[in-house]
Amino acid sequence: MATSPILDPGAERLGRSAPRMPAPGLLRIDPILLLATIGLGACSLLAIDATTKASLVSKQGVFFAVGLVVLLLVSQVDYSRLRELKYGVYGLMIALIVAVIGLGGVTRGSRRAIDIGPVELQTSELGKVLLCLALAAFLVDRSRRLGERDTTSRAMLMALFPAALVMIQPDLGSAMVYVVIALAALFCAGTSWRHFAGLFALGAAAIAIALVGAPKLGVEVLHDYQVERLTSFLHPSDVEGDAGYQQNQSVIAIGSGERTGRGEEATQTSLKFLPEDHTDFVFAVVGERWGFVGAALVLSLYALLIWRALRILTMAKNLYGAVIAGGIVAMILFQVFVNVGMNVGIMPVTGIPLPLMSYGGSSVLTTLLAVGLLQSIHVQARASRKGLLN
Amino acid sequence: MNPEDRRPPITPQLALRVAILGGIALTLFAVVFFRLWFLQVLSGDQYLVEARENRTRDVRIQAPRGEIVDRSGEVLVTNRQAVVVQLEPQALPEEEITAAAEWGQAMTKRSKRPEGRKGPTVAIPPIPTPELRQRFRRLGRVLGMRPTTIQRRTIEQLAVVPYSAVRVRSDVPKAVMNYLKERKETFRGVDVDRVYLRNYPKDRLAAQLLGYVGEVSPAELEQRRNKDVKQGTIVGKAGLEYTYDRYLRGRDGAKVLRVDANGRFSSDRPVRRREPIPGRQLQLSLDTGLQKAGQDAHLAIAGSLPGAFVAMNPKNGEVYAMGSLPTFDPSVFAKPISQSRFEQLTSEENGAPLYNRAVGGLYPSGSTFKPITSLAALDAGVYSPESTIADGGCIDVGNQEKCNAGKVANGSVDLRRALEVSSDVYYYIAGMELFNIGGERLQKWSRALGLGRRSGLDLPDERAGLIPGRPWRERVNKLERKCKPRNGGRPCYVLEVRPYNLGDNANLAVGQGEVQISPLQMAIAYSTIATGGKVPRPHLGLEVQDATGATVQKIQPGAARRVKIDPAHRQAILDGLARAAQGPEGTSTPVFEGWPHDRLPVYGKTGTAQRNGQADQSWYVAYVDHPTKPIVIAATVEQGGWGADRAAPITCRMLRAWFRVDAPCQGGGSNTF
Repeated sequence: MATSPILDPGAERLGRSAPRMPAPGLLRIDPILLLATIGLGACSLLAIDATTKASLVSKQGVFFAVGLVVLLLVSQVDYSRLRELKYGVYGLMIALIVAVIGLGGVTRGSRRAIDIGPVELQTSELGKVLLCLALAAFLVDRSRRLGERDTTSRAMLMALFPAALVMIQPDLGSAMVYVVIALAALFCAGTSWRHFAGLFALGAAAIAIALVGAPKLGVEVLHDYQVERLTSFLHPSDVEGDAGYQQNQSVIAIGSGERTGRGEEATQTSLKFLPEDHTDFVFAVVGERWGFVGAALVLSLYALLIWRALRILTMAKNLYGAVIAGGIVAMILFQVFVNVGMNVGIMPVTGIPLPLMSYGGSSVLTTLLAVGLLQSIHVQARASRKGLLN
Repeated sequence: MNPEDRRPPITPQLALRVAILGGIALTLFAVVFFRLWFLQVLSGDQYLVEARENRTRDVRIQAPRGEIVDRSGEVLVTNRQAVVVQLEPQALPEEEITAAAEWGQAMTKRSKRPEGRKGPTVAIPPIPTPELRQRFRRLGRVLGMRPTTIQRRTIEQLAVVPYSAVRVRSDVPKAVMNYLKERKETFRGVDVDRVYLRNYPKDRLAAQLLGYVGEVSPAELEQRRNKDVKQGTIVGKAGLEYTYDRYLRGRDGAKVLRVDANGRFSSDRPVRRREPIPGRQLQLSLDTGLQKAGQDAHLAIAGSLPGAFVAMNPKNGEVYAMGSLPTFDPSVFAKPISQSRFEQLTSEENGAPLYNRAVGGLYPSGSTFKPITSLAALDAGVYSPESTIADGGCIDVGNQEKCNAGKVANGSVDLRRALEVSSDVYYYIAGMELFNIGGERLQKWSRALGLGRRSGLDLPDERAGLIPGRPWRERVNKLERKCKPRNGGRPCYVLEVRPYNLGDNANLAVGQGEVQISPLQMAIAYSTIATGGKVPRPHLGLEVQDATGATVQKIQPGAARRVKIDPAHRQAILDGLARAAQGPEGTSTPVFEGWPHDRLPVYGKTGTAQRNGQADQSWYVAYVDHPTKPIVIAATVEQGGWGADRAAPITCRMLRAWFRVDAPCQGGGSNTF
C-alpha cells in the first residue's frame, strides 16, 4: 500500500503535523470540508432569516445542530462495515419510499413525506444516500465483472426502481437525482465507456418516448405541469403558468441584487413576489439581498465542498469508499447546479432543493449525513495510511 | 479482507475519471458564475427597474362622464362629486363571496319564472362570520346604518359584479370621510373614495330617454362594444347613456401606487399619475321647454293615467320631445339601487315607470290609422279622392254588422269628409275592398310608412310592433298548433286558430284588432305623408361636443327612406286632416278653438282604440307646417277615453308651447272616433 504523494500532498503535510500518538478520529476529519459545510449552514440561516418565513430560522438551526451531531458520529464509524448491510440498506430505502406512497400526507398535490412525531420525513431525500451506499456495495462485489453488460444494467435497475417509485409521489427531481447517482457510481467504479454510450442512447430514446411518443398514444408519463415546468425556462416571460411566473420573479430578484445586493430594500422577497423563497428559491433571496458578492460566496462554498469531496474520492482506502464518494459528489453537484440553474433561469423548475441552503429537515439531514460519510472515508483513509486501523 | 477491497488508492483509470468529474464540476460552476455575472453585474439595472415596477399597481382615477344637453345647450345630465364608502372585496371572507354568488343564482332563477309564479324573493343570507358581523357593526355605527343593511348591499352588489368594490354608502359627509381615513387600521377593507355620480338638474324630465349608468358587468365586458372597457369602468346601461356610451364614457386615468404581491397598498402617495380624459358632451335634439310642456300637459289632463308622446321634425327626424308617463326620478340610479326599488320601477301596478312607452308602448292606434288606409285605398283604386259612399251608420262586414261610434249616419262621404268626421263605414269598406283585391296592400303601405318595424332611433328599447296580415296569421297559427298541446291545452299566442279574414282587414283599416303601433311610429307615418314620401329617421342625438360646447362630431342618423306618394292623394289626405282639426264637423275642432289656424294650420286626427277589458285608449296625431320649425306630434293616453278628450288637448298644449301662441286647448269634443 503505497501512498501517492504527488496526487495527495495535502494528506502528507497534514499527517506530518499530526501528533505521534494515535490521533482521535475527530482530529482526522477534513477541516476544510467541515468549514464549507458550516459556512453553508450559516448562509442558510441568514438567508431564511431574510425571507418572509423568518420564523423558520430556529427550526432550520435545530436541523443543522442535529445534522452536525449525526455528521460527527458518522465520521467516526468505519463506513466499510456498511458494505455487509447492503441488502438491508437497499431494502430500507425501498421500504421508506413505499411507506410514503402508502402513508404520506398530501401537500400541494404530491405525497412526499411521512409524519414521524413532530417531524415530516421526506424519505426520497434519505433514499439518495442509501442508494449511494447500496450501489457502491453492489459494484464493489462485482468489481471483477464490471465489463459485463449484466452488471451495468443491474446497477441501473437498482436506481431506476426507486426512481420510478418516487415518480409516483410524484417527485421528478429526486428521481433524476437517483439516476445521476447511479451513473456517477458506475463511472467511478470503472464501467467501460461503451456501456455509457449505450446508456445514453437508451436514455435519449426513453426521453423521446416519454415526451413525444407516449402522449401521442394517450399515455401520460409526465404530468402536464411537469412538462410545463421542464420547458418553461426556455421562455419564462411568455409562459402564463406558475412555473414561468416563479422563474421570472426569481430572475428579477437575482438581477436586481446587482453587485452588492439591495439589503433591506429587497422588495422581491419582502413583498412576496418571490414564491417558495425559503425552499426552492432561497438562492434568489441571497442574490437579491447580498448581490453578486453574496451569491458568488455561496457558490464558492459549494465549489470548496465539491473539491474536498473529490479529493476524498481519490484518498479513499478502498473502492467502496471511492464509489460512495463519487455518488455523493454527483448527488450534491447535480442538485446545486439544477437548483441554482433554476434560480438564475437556465434550468427548468424541478423542485430540487439547494443542499444545505433550502429550508427542510430531510434535505439538510440527508446532506449532512452524506458529508458525514465523506468525513468517515477521510478518517479511514488517513488512519489506514498511518497503519493504525489495519 | 477481500482482495478487491485492497486496491491501490488511485489507479490511472480512476484518476482520469476523477479529473473528468472535476472538469464537469468546474464547467457547471463556470456556467452558473457567468450567468450570475450577466444577471447581476451586466444587466442588473434592468432587473432593478423590473423589480421596482413589480411593486406598483395602477389605481383607477374615474373620468367624469360627458354631460348631456338639450338642443339649446341646457343641461339635462351632469356629474357631481360625492364621497362614497366602499368595501374592498379582497378583505371580505370567502364565505361572503360564495353566499353572494349563490344568492345571485337563486335570484336569476326566480326572475326566469313567469310573472305571477315567481314565488317569494330570495332572502339575503346572514352575515357568515362573527368577525365580519363585528366589522359591519363598527362601520354601521359610523355611517348610521344597520349591519343587515350593509350585508344586503354587499350581497346585492357582489352578486352582480363579483370582485369589485362594494359601495356601502354614497354621499358621506366630509367629517365621516376623515374619520374613516384616519382610522384605517380599525376599519379593515373600508375604502373612502371620491366618485362622480350622475346628477339630473331637470329632475323627472325625459327620465326614460336618458337612461342610467353602472359598473360594467362581466357579461357586458365580453360584448364587442365594450372591447376597450376595463373592469370596474362605469358604462351606460340604458337609454342614451347606453347608445352614446362610447362618447360619454371618456377614459379613466390611473395613479400608480406601491403594493406587495398580494395587492395590498404599502403607501398612499402615488409614484406616477395618468390624468383621466373626461367624456364628450352629447347634444340632443330635445327641446326642454316642449318636453316639459308635454309632461305637464299630460299630468294636467290625464293625471296618473299612463301615456306617451313624441314630437319630431317631420323633415329631418330630429326628436323635439319624447315622454312616457308615469315617469321617475333618474337620480335613484346614481347610487346602487336595491332589488325592491328596481321592482317598483318595473312593476305593472306602478305603471312600470322605467318603461319608455313612446318607443316600446305598442297599442292599436284607432282612427289615427285612417290616413294610412286612405293612401292604400287611393293607391289601389278602391276610391278616388272624390268618390263618395253612402254612410248609413252601420255596415255588414262578413256576417257581422259594424257601426260608427254611436251609430251616427254621416250620409254621403268622400275621403276628406271621412277623415273630418272619422267615418268608420268608409274605412270598413276600404278594408274589405283591399282584402278582396289581395296582395296585402294595406300591410305593405303600413310598413312603407314605418309601422310595424323599428325606425333605427338611437335608443336601445325601441320595439317593432305588429301589422297583422295573412302571412303573419299563418305563422302564428303554426306556432299555436305546435305550442297549445304542450301548454296543457291553454292558448299560447292567439285565442283561435283561423285564417286571416275580411273582418281582420276591416279592423286594421280603422286601427283596431291585433295591430300594435308605438307613438313614435305614428309620428313617423304622419311625417312621411306631410313631407310627401320622405320617411324620416328619428334621432335624439344631434352632435358630440367638447366641454366648451364646440362640435366634435355631428351624429349622422342615416339616410331617410323614400316612398312614392301621389301628390293628389297626399293633398286629399292633408285636406281631410285639416278639416278634422279645423272644419265645422272636425273631430278635434273644439279642442283647437281659438287656435290661429290662419297662420298655423293644424292637420290632426283623433283616435280612440278599443282594448280588451280596458277603457278606450285616447290617441291624437297632429302636423303643423312651418318654414323653420315644422312639427309632428303623436300623443296617447292609456284608458284616456276619446281621442279628443285627452290626447288632443295634450297635443294642443304642446303645440301652444312650441309656437308660443295663446289657445285654451280645452278637452272634450264630439263623440266620434
